[in-house]
Amino acid sequence: MKMLIAMSLALAAAPAVAQTALPPAPWADRQIPDADQERAAKALMETIRCLTCQSQSIADSNASMAADMRSQIRERIMAGEKPEAIRAWLVSRYGDWVSYAPTADPILWPLWAAPLILLALGLFLMRGRIGRRRP
Amino acid sequence: MRRILIWLPLLLFAAFIGLFASGLFQPDDRIIQSRLVGQPLPDFDLPAAASDQPGLGSRDMAGGKPRLLNIFASWCVPCAVEAPQLMALKRAGVAIDAIAIRDARSDVDAFLARNGNPYQRIGLDARSAVQIALGSSGVPESFIIDGRGRIAYQHIGDIRADDVPTILARLEDAR
Repeated sequence: MKMLIAMSLALAAAPAVAQTALPPAPWADRQIPDADQERAAKALMETIRCLTCQSQSIADSNASMAADMRSQIRERIMAGEKPEAIRAWLVSRYGDWVSYAPTADPILWPLWAAPLILLALGLFLMRGRIGRRRP
Repeated sequence: MRRILIWLPLLLFAAFIGLFASGLFQPDDRIIQSRLVGQPLPDFDLPAAASDQPGLGSRDMAGGKPRLLNIFASWCVPCAVEAPQLMALKRAGVAIDAIAIRDARSDVDAFLARNGNPYQRIGLDARSAVQIALGSSGVPESFIIDGRGRIAYQHIGDIRADDVPTILARLEDAR
């Protein structure tokens, strides 16, 4: 049992070992003084995917690379860059993969059309039922 | 017609089960390839990461001959594992430069003393800025930069002994 506990503790400690000892980047966990800029930065960070913890956004992740990305995004917003320009810059490096914001690419058209198709199918099925009940 | 249609929901259900099952058993692919392969190396100019070697700028990588750009860190365990392969590449005549990610000079010095030093120049990227600009998603990674300063190839993860011939062949292609 003791061995089991020690082993599970060792597992929990592994991610910390794999990261750096440097302090976090200056703007990683510090808000921009201007509330509008901070809101824009936060909204962008929530839709940028972390490269280390791949099912988290960089706003949620504790990975050091996510912290560096947060700091870089805040610095670029403070320098006056538009959030969508920063997103496009990241997508040009990592592909659509890095962004959680859905696009209107042709490959996604079936996905966007799915609600309409399903609604049409439902109406078509209902039409038969309603028709039958009428006297 | 109706008799056939009545089986449609069951068929759809079976199709979904099949889809989910294949998703469960398929190995998870977490490798994110950089979109910059085939494009020019982004501009950067980094200070020295080791005390007795120069820093690294993108201009140093456009000297007419292909070079290997290794992204590593002293705190990264697989980076120490790939060190012997980098030394072998150096012995084979490959020019290797490096970028140390979120590192400190004393730590890099200790890492090189421990694992050998295959590098000609090492730049210090304290905030991962150049790593992000390169589209690199972790350490270690290696890029082959051709003589015109264009990214020709990206190797993700540590270079194993059986990756060395591929790297050498890609360096030859980039010539």
